[in-house]
Amino acid sequence: MLGDGSLERLKREGRIVVVGASLAGLRAAETLRAEGFVGSLTMIGDEPHEPYDRPPLSKQVLLGRAAADRTALPRLRSVDATWRLGVPATGLDMAARRVRLADGDDVPYDRLLIATGVRARPWPREAEAELDGVFVLRTADDSAALARRLDAGPKRVLVIGAGFTGSEIASACRERGFPVTVAERGAAPLVGALGGVVGAVAAEMQREHGVDLRCGVMVTALEGDASGRVRAALLSDGSTVETDVVIVSLGATRNTGWLAGSGLGAGPRGIACDAGCRAFDIRGIVTDDIYAAGDVARCPHPLFGYQFLSLEHWGNAVTQARIAAHNMISESTDRIPHMEVPAFWSSQFGVNIKSVGVPSLGTEILISQGSLKDHRFLGVYGYQGRVIGAVAFDHARWLPFYQELIETTAPFPPSFPTVDRRSDGQRPIDADFPDPSVPTHGPTVTLGGYSPADRRMTFTPAH
Amino acid sequence: MTQSLLHQILDHANRANPYPIYEQLRKTPVHHEDGGPYVISTYYEIRSLLHDPRISSDARNLASTARDPLAEPAREESALPPGFLRLDPPEHDRLRRMTNRPFGPPHSPHRVDGMRGELHDIVSGLIDGIGDPGRIDLVEQFSYPFPVTVICRLLGVPREDEARFHTWADTLAASLDPDPDADPTERGKGAHDARMQLGMYLAGLIEERRRNPGEDMLSQLATAKGEDGAMTTMELLSTAALLLIAGHETTVNLITNGMLTLLRHPDVLQRLREDPRLAVPIVEELLRFEPPVQLVPQRTTLADIEVRGVTIPKGASLWLVLASGNRDPQRFEDPDRFDPDRRDIQHLGLGSGIHSCFGAPLARLETQFALSELARRLENPRLLEDPPPYRQNAVLRGPRHLYVSCDGIRP
Ligand SMILES: Cc1cc2nc3c(=O)[nH]c(=O)nc-3n(C[C@H](O)[C@H](O)[C@H](O)COP(=O)(O)OP(=O)(O)OC[C@H]3O[C@@H](n4cnc5c(N)ncnc54)[C@H](O)[C@@H]3O)c2cc1C
Repeated sequence: MLGDGSLERLKREGRIVVVGASLAGLRAAETLRAEGFVGSLTMIGDEPHEPYDRPPLSKQVLLGRAAADRTALPRLRSVDATWRLGVPATGLDMAARRVRLADGDDVPYDRLLIATGVRARPWPREAEAELDGVFVLRTADDSAALARRLDAGPKRVLVIGAGFTGSEIASACRERGFPVTVAERGAAPLVGALGGVVGAVAAEMQREHGVDLRCGVMVTALEGDASGRVRAALLSDGSTVETDVVIVSLGATRNTGWLAGSGLGAGPRGIACDAGCRAFDIRGIVTDDIYAAGDVARCPHPLFGYQFLSLEHWGNAVTQARIAAHNMISESTDRIPHMEVPAFWSSQFGVNIKSVGVPSLGTEILISQGSLKDHRFLGVYGYQGRVIGAVAFDHARWLPFYQELIETTAPFPPSFPTVDRRSDGQRPIDADFPDPSVPTHGPTVTLGGYSPADRRMTFTPAH
Repeated sequence: MTQSLLHQILDHANRANPYPIYEQLRKTPVHHEDGGPYVISTYYEIRSLLHDPRISSDARNLASTARDPLAEPAREESALPPGFLRLDPPEHDRLRRMTNRPFGPPHSPHRVDGMRGELHDIVSGLIDGIGDPGRIDLVEQFSYPFPVTVICRLLGVPREDEARFHTWADTLAASLDPDPDADPTERGKGAHDARMQLGMYLAGLIEERRRNPGEDMLSQLATAKGEDGAMTTMELLSTAALLLIAGHETTVNLITNGMLTLLRHPDVLQRLREDPRLAVPIVEELLRFEPPVQLVPQRTTLADIEVRGVTIPKGASLWLVLASGNRDPQRFEDPDRFDPDRRDIQHLGLGSGIHSCFGAPLARLETQFALSELARRLENPRLLEDPPPYRQNAVLRGPRHLYVSCDGIRP
């Protein structure tokens, strides 16, 4: 393609299709236009809404400070696209370069961006999941329905799963004064993402705020009353929780089902792509016209041993979208890789939590500033003698420093004193991540795969 | 022999335009002259040191051998503990957090915004009172009194006491600005007296607010009993003094530098006159282009730290030259151009990290109001002297007077 004018033609009169009209999809479309793409742009989304922001759904919306239908994403520029909203894509024909839609239509493309994200993992027993009062939280509609039910004043709220979303929901419900029970299979909230040392702090925070936190238990069944409303939950320790609202917060499943049989390297763990967001086919060969970005993508990261990372992080979706869009309309020599250090934030129980790097890769943790006891601290994660991640509880202003340590593969444990030298710092301890074979709610970061040079790369076929 | 760069920074002769010196300085991002401080002048290095937990703001960590030409003489007699600006965590975090409760989000999200009406009235009153439009000293008649009045209202200083308060504040502000011509003992004594009187006044006010709390910040600070406990009277005094000095010294210069810059860029002044909303990007660009705090001199290293290949030893004195970082061509395109339409403007004008300017939201709002109202009401304003006479201070840089004339003052 180099210099033969085809790229110019693509930018002028090409057809680009984006499947998944949310954060990554919108930011990619804006970047395409900003970088001079004037051809036709089609945005396909199964939700009927214009692109909106999800983080407020488990925070401000549940607190009653924002309406679920008022979190539309700000438009950074006009994208002049054909919007096909409320229509899922159902299939992909890579050879014919067409995306099939549920309404029978089929849309041709020269370049395709897949940004279909993830969906909430539903309660596994279907009949129980259908009970009135049982919710998941991923979409604006989910959030609106849940907010309405909370406004009616529940007797008790049961949150199943204490990952970030579950913990944020519990926090919002406590702030509104509702009785809350949280059931978590792991030893503490957030252990999958941050390990047991930090998880213990999260548990303390929940209990101090009046959450009835039950760890090391599973909900085994949900019970409804005669009218089909949820009434109680049975727990693996033999106890029963009487409740009229249940929020299932068991992590997410990647939206790749529609790609089954297409030949794209898409499976339950996401769409494998290279650092430039170009998708692999099932043979492990990179495609030139299909890209993936956001929660659905799985990219090798040079800083983390080329492991394929899939990240359910807002910032990651934005960066990958921009990179995918840029690369789509660039000469191969002008393409840019996704090398940003992952970063995530959450807010719960009055504490601002932020992480950089990949804490869940760490084996040890050192509290370098602040103290666990105060619930205000900075924890550095170490892996094989280097700094691999950091988490801040109300200490976010220091994070750029720790990000630099990660970027420069600084040694762990850090050997220097900090401005905050308190007794529980300066000694690394086991970060206490759960045995990966024992499922928790699922960490927000999942790792898998091999280095690009490893020919044993295999993909589970799409489900 | 040519003068060392450090001396050139301190030399008052260069105050009106220090930027060529900073350009020289950036050629050696870590500049060190025998026995002096380590001077950091490039954007990325400054920003990274502002977030570095091995850098302390607490003077007690300075090695006794570190010599700093800007170090304040020990003021035993003042006996006030340092404000949170000069403390490290955890003391810093606790005091700043407690001070923030009545000031900003999440607990007081509307405090600053709620002052809009009052700011507008104060600005209008000062402009109304300017008098002879033929020779206005903008510093004396506007930029000084404005922020002090605002601080009074914020802290809850009764109106009838404002005049006294102004006098002490002026004396203290002047003492921060060593004037080579003045008699040092005389000035020192004046500052000491002012500090004593102000301290006693504030202590009395605190007592009174403990008994009869109002809506003001001092009342809220004096009666707070949150998870962080209560502030001691000494802590309250040093916090109030910090708010007073830091809040007032910086805004004076930001407003004055702002007006000076606008008068030098009449096209921008005209645009602001037509659209007061332009004040927002103008203030941001000013914080980059002419920041009131030129450099942060009070930092020291807790360990040997390597910066751009230079090892800065433990206990060294550090100067972070924010104003130089703001004009680093590695970071900003065409950095010496004043351009309010600049989109990428992550300046260092308000610092960064845990000590980033506490009063930033208020300073921004004050300056936006001040500049847009001056632009609207002064008819055909022009500088009577360019450059204006500058204050001695190399850290808090700004004109001592800004003489302006105009054809009249619009209602
Ligand atoms: C409640 C909640 C709180 C969060 N809080 C934070 C936070 O505090 N911090 C943080 O960093 N991140 C947070 N996140 C994560 C963040 O929102 C995601 O990382 C981000 O939304 C990912 O954007 P995306 O565009 O990749 O995917 P999504 O936002 O999931 O968008 C994918 C879109 O594609 C659509 N789609 C799926 N399949 C098809 C199909 N076949 N055809 C057409 N359309 C399809 C989906 O319906 C969806 O609209 C939160 C997420 C949730 C749900």
